[in-house]
Amino acid sequence: MSHSKSRHHIFSQGIDQYFTDVYNAWQFVLRFFREAFKPPFHFGEIIHQCYEIGCRSLALITLTGFVTGIVFTKQSRPSLAEFGATSWLPSLISIAIVRALASLVTSLICSGKVGSSIGAELGSMKVTEQIEAMEVSAINPFKYLAVTRILATTITVPILGLYCGFVALLGSYFNVHAHEDTSIISFFENGFSSISFLDIYTSIFKSIIFGFTIGVIGCYKGFNASGGTQGVGRAANQAVVLSMFLVFIEEIVIVQVSNWIRYY
Amino acid sequence: MHPSDTNLNNPTPVISIRGLYKSFGDLQVLKGVDLDVFKGENVVVLGRSGTGKSVLIKIIVGLLKPDKGRVNVLGQEVENLSGKELDALRLRVGFSFQNSALYDSMNVRENLEFPLKMNVKNLTKKQINRAVEEVLNAVGLKEKMKQMPADLSGGQRKRIGIARTLILKPEIMLYDEPTSGLDPITSTEINNLINEVRENYNTSSIIITHDLTCAKVTGDRVAMLLEGRFLKMGNFEEVFSTDDEQIKSFFNYNFIT
Repeated sequence: MSHSKSRHHIFSQGIDQYFTDVYNAWQFVLRFFREAFKPPFHFGEIIHQCYEIGCRSLALITLTGFVTGIVFTKQSRPSLAEFGATSWLPSLISIAIVRALASLVTSLICSGKVGSSIGAELGSMKVTEQIEAMEVSAINPFKYLAVTRILATTITVPILGLYCGFVALLGSYFNVHAHEDTSIISFFENGFSSISFLDIYTSIFKSIIFGFTIGVIGCYKGFNASGGTQGVGRAANQAVVLSMFLVFIEEIVIVQVSNWIRYY
Repeated sequence: MHPSDTNLNNPTPVISIRGLYKSFGDLQVLKGVDLDVFKGENVVVLGRSGTGKSVLIKIIVGLLKPDKGRVNVLGQEVENLSGKELDALRLRVGFSFQNSALYDSMNVRENLEFPLKMNVKNLTKKQINRAVEEVLNAVGLKEKMKQMPADLSGGQRKRIGIARTLILKPEIMLYDEPTSGLDPITSTEINNLINEVRENYNTSSIIITHDLTCAKVTGDRVAMLLEGRFLKMGNFEEVFSTDDEQIKSFFNYNFIT
C-alpha cells in the first residue's frame, strides 16, 4: 500500500499538495481574467456585493482609522517634542497614513471581515452543493459568484482605504487641535505639503492589489472547501490567514518599487 | 404507462450509457456501467451507499468526467460538448439534489426565479410570476413563496428543489436520493410527486435511491448497482425475485431495517 502511495507523489504528499495548491490558485486567477471580460456581466450582483462589503466593514474601518490617527499622533508627539518639532506632526502623520497605514489597516480589516465572510459563504455553498446546483442550471458559478466578488473587493477596498485615510487624519487633527489649537485648514495644508501625487497613486494602487488579493483568496478557498462544516470553517480561516500574509508581502514589494521610482 | 410500451414506441433512448468507468484515486466506483433510459420512462438505480449511484447521474450532466465510456443524452455525446453546448443540454435536464441545494441566501420565490432569469432573456414580471406560481402549484407549496429555505421542513425543501428544476421545463429529471431523511408519509408524497412530474411534464427520469418503496412506486425499471456494475435490471418484481445472493442480501437488509 505504501509503495503504491509513494508512486503518486513526486516529493512528499505535503510538498506536492503545496505546489498543486499554488498552481490551482494561479489557474483560478487566470480564469478570473478570462471570465471577467466576457459577457454576460452581472452588474447588479457586483453593485450588491460592493454594498455588502462596504457596509460590512464601514463601522470597523471608521473606528480603527480614527483610533489609529489619534494613537499615532499621541505616540509621535513626545519624540518630536524633544527636538521642538511638534509643528512637523501633521506632515509626519500624513506621510505615515497616506503612504502606508490607510491602505494597510483597511486591507487587514477587510481580510478579516470580508475575506472570511466570502470564504465561509462560498465554502458553505460548495459543501451543500449549491454551486453544483448553479452549474446544472446552466449558470456559470465562477462568473456569478467569484468574478462579482473579486471585482467588488477590488473596487471597494481602495474606496474604503481613502475613507480610512481621511478618518485617520481627522482623528489626528482632533489630537493636534487639542494641544496646539491648529485650524483644520492649516493642519491639512501642512500635512499635504509633504505628500506627492506618487504617494496617493501608490496608495490607491496598493489598495487595488490588496482588494484583488482578498477577493481571489476568499473565493479560491471557498470554491475549494470540502469536508462539511469543518471544511467551511477551515476555508474561512485559511482565507483570512493567507490574504493577510499576502497583503504584507505585497506591501513590502510595492513600497520597495515605489521607493525606487521616487529616488531614481 | 408500462415500460415495455415506452420501449416499443420509442426505441431511441434519451439517455444511453456504455462502458462507463470512474474512479477516485485508488477507489474504482464504476466498472463498466451500461444503461438506456427511454422516453417517458422512470428508471430507478438501487444500491448501497457509496456504490457510485450519485456519481453516475453527475456524469450524465457533466459535473464529473468519466475515466472511460460514452454518455449520450438527448442525442448528444456529453464528453464532446463545448461549454455552451453543455449549458444548452443542462437546460433540458433537471437535477434534484439529495439535500435539495436551495440557495440559502434567497427566499423560495427567488430560488425559483433565479434559473429562469439567468437563462431566459426578456421575460416580463408577469411571465416570471406565472411560471413561479405554476411550479409551486405543481409541488403543492404555493403558500411558502416568501419563506427562506431554513424555515422549510426536509420534505418541503425537496419539493422546492424539484420545483426549481421544473421551472425550466426539463425533458429529463435526475433525482438523487429523493426520499432520504424523510418520514414515511412525506416519502410517499415525494414518490407521488415524482410520478405526477412524469405525467404532467412528460419527463423521463433516473431516480437514485436505496429506498425500496420509492423504487417500487416510481420505477418502471429497476437497475441494481452493486460493486460498480449493474447486476440485475428489470421491473421491481423481477429484480426482487432474483437468486443472486448479493441482491437478496440487499433486499433482506432493507426490509429488516
